[in-house]
Amino acid sequence: MTAIPYQAKRINLKEKVFKKTLTLSAIIVVIILLAIFFTLLINSMPSIKALGTKFFYDKTWDPVADEYGALPFLVGTLLTSFLALVISTPFSIAVAIFLGEYYQKGIVAEIFKNVIDLLAGIPSVIYGFWGLFVLVPIVRMIEMKLNLPPYGVGIFTSSIILAIMILPFSVSLSRQVISMVPAHLKEAAYSLGATRFEVITKIIIPYTKSGLFAGLLLALGRALGETMAVTMLIGNTHQIPTGIFSPGNTMASVIANEFSEATGKIYTSALIEMGLFLFVVATIINILGKQVIKRFTLS
Amino acid sequence: MKFRTIILSLLVISFGLISCGGNSNQNNSSGKNVTNNQNEILGAGATFPYPFYSKVFDVYNTEKGIKVNYQSIGSGGGIKQLQNKTVDFGASDAPMSDEELSKSPAPIVHIPSCLGAVIITYNLPDNPSLKFTPEVLADIFLGKIKKWNDPKITTINPGVKLPGLSISVIHRSDGSGTTYIFSDYLSKVNAEWNTKPGKGKSLDWPVGLGAKGNEGVSGLVKQTPGSIGYVELVYALQNKMPAATLKNKSGNFVEASLKSSSAAAAIDLPADMRVSLTNTDAPDGYPICSFTYLLVYQNQSYNNRKEASAKATIDLINYVIHEGQKYAEPLGYAPLPDAAVKKAEEILKSVTFDSKPLM
Repeated sequence: MTAIPYQAKRINLKEKVFKKTLTLSAIIVVIILLAIFFTLLINSMPSIKALGTKFFYDKTWDPVADEYGALPFLVGTLLTSFLALVISTPFSIAVAIFLGEYYQKGIVAEIFKNVIDLLAGIPSVIYGFWGLFVLVPIVRMIEMKLNLPPYGVGIFTSSIILAIMILPFSVSLSRQVISMVPAHLKEAAYSLGATRFEVITKIIIPYTKSGLFAGLLLALGRALGETMAVTMLIGNTHQIPTGIFSPGNTMASVIANEFSEATGKIYTSALIEMGLFLFVVATIINILGKQVIKRFTLS
Repeated sequence: MKFRTIILSLLVISFGLISCGGNSNQNNSSGKNVTNNQNEILGAGATFPYPFYSKVFDVYNTEKGIKVNYQSIGSGGGIKQLQNKTVDFGASDAPMSDEELSKSPAPIVHIPSCLGAVIITYNLPDNPSLKFTPEVLADIFLGKIKKWNDPKITTINPGVKLPGLSISVIHRSDGSGTTYIFSDYLSKVNAEWNTKPGKGKSLDWPVGLGAKGNEGVSGLVKQTPGSIGYVELVYALQNKMPAATLKNKSGNFVEASLKSSSAAAAIDLPADMRVSLTNTDAPDGYPICSFTYLLVYQNQSYNNRKEASAKATIDLINYVIHEGQKYAEPLGYAPLPDAAVKKAEEILKSVTFDSKPLM
């Protein structure tokens, strides 16, 4: 009889230790995030003091004259990321439906799933190389046909590479939510005489739209911060891009390009402030996305 | 209430983490000295002379049994590490500015180790060899000359058939000593360039595309018809890229080579050697050249440093400017002319430990 309370106590202890470990891990994650935020904030103070709000709307980034405006890079970041999202969305939803609805099991499905997961595992510098050697000449040909300057690199090229890079992120989530649509819903539709196309457009997509949107959001987050491949393909100019074929620059790639040789207090600090700005932009887009998901799910 | 305490404690902890970070940085700068092992010398800085340094340091290790650990982290990083006293010597492509010197904890001396040059390369059908005057070069990089068959280019290149292609300017996107040397030259020869964009390691370029590193620029130039860019001479020699002939200050058209780079240093050199060789007065000198420097503190008795390790550092630098010079040319670097070696020697003799000279 006495053994039972003892065992119960032990289980209780185990339970407690387990719970404590979980809590601690969760707290550490939050602390790290906050620490990153404050590190960025403190180190960008010199630039915030010196430049004020000019940092956000000034169009010149001139390290020689100590003038720093992040607007061209904000435009570049948003343009490439959203363009990438627009390009990749039809593909990612199509692939997700293909794997989540048509080929849920079997060899074909396994091969496709693995290939898409592999896409996520390729280092971004390799995407950059591939883009430079394959995509850039193709885009250059298009530009010559359109009578544009034959740069080859630019917003458009980086968006295509980004679209490929973010595909696996949206697909993996979308595929899961699509495969989780309750069978009785689909069967009910079929029994009423719906075609497969109708089931997909009228049942599956409406049922999963918040999940699909979350997948896209995940992909967008990845696109906003991508550095290496974009740096290699965007053309790195400090002007505001005038069209999708013109060269530009993103916040992440400016930091990567200039940080190691940045001298002077304001210059270094302005680059850190850009990091902070990127952090804030990514957070805002995330929060907005969450709100949209909430609204979709309610209606 | 509970929620608020959690948030509050999280904030406190994360602030704690940040201040830890800050403190440890300061410890590095003033505290323990990693440089007291006289059989190992630590250096950090410029990437451009890295192949030359690693060859010389390797030979030095076999000859004298002293290991030199050189990290090519970039000129800016080398200067910062020397200022923090975490290395025995720093290395930089550009001389330190007066501002940088005044921010350093103690006087720093510059010892040139070899010369580098920046060449103008291009991608045109049939690979013609081109000549440029400073005015034309500046106008191209300012975006004022837009086509290859512009009369300004054709008049200085008689007999060369130039196509009506538009010019795509390719520049470095990363902060770099190469950009500094090139923009230093353009600032000297062109008043408009001097006001805007000026000279620096990264610029607000009026036109063109940016690419990362010498390999990025040369890759983009090779791919883009009608493009023009600048890369280091070493890089162009290794990759057999076309290089333009430039008109120097004396009015001679000079080809970019190791010989013409060394010749650029045949001028009156200042005692501290902090000199820009661009647009040189030397009649056979190539106009876009620069020394690359090794940096040490003039007074070596800092941070409980032992005399033996200070001496080892100075001996090493003395080796680089004398015996080491013969390894420069095969690797694509221009060796120091004799006059520069003499001046460098004098600077080394001015380095002291407890106010007695180290050599």
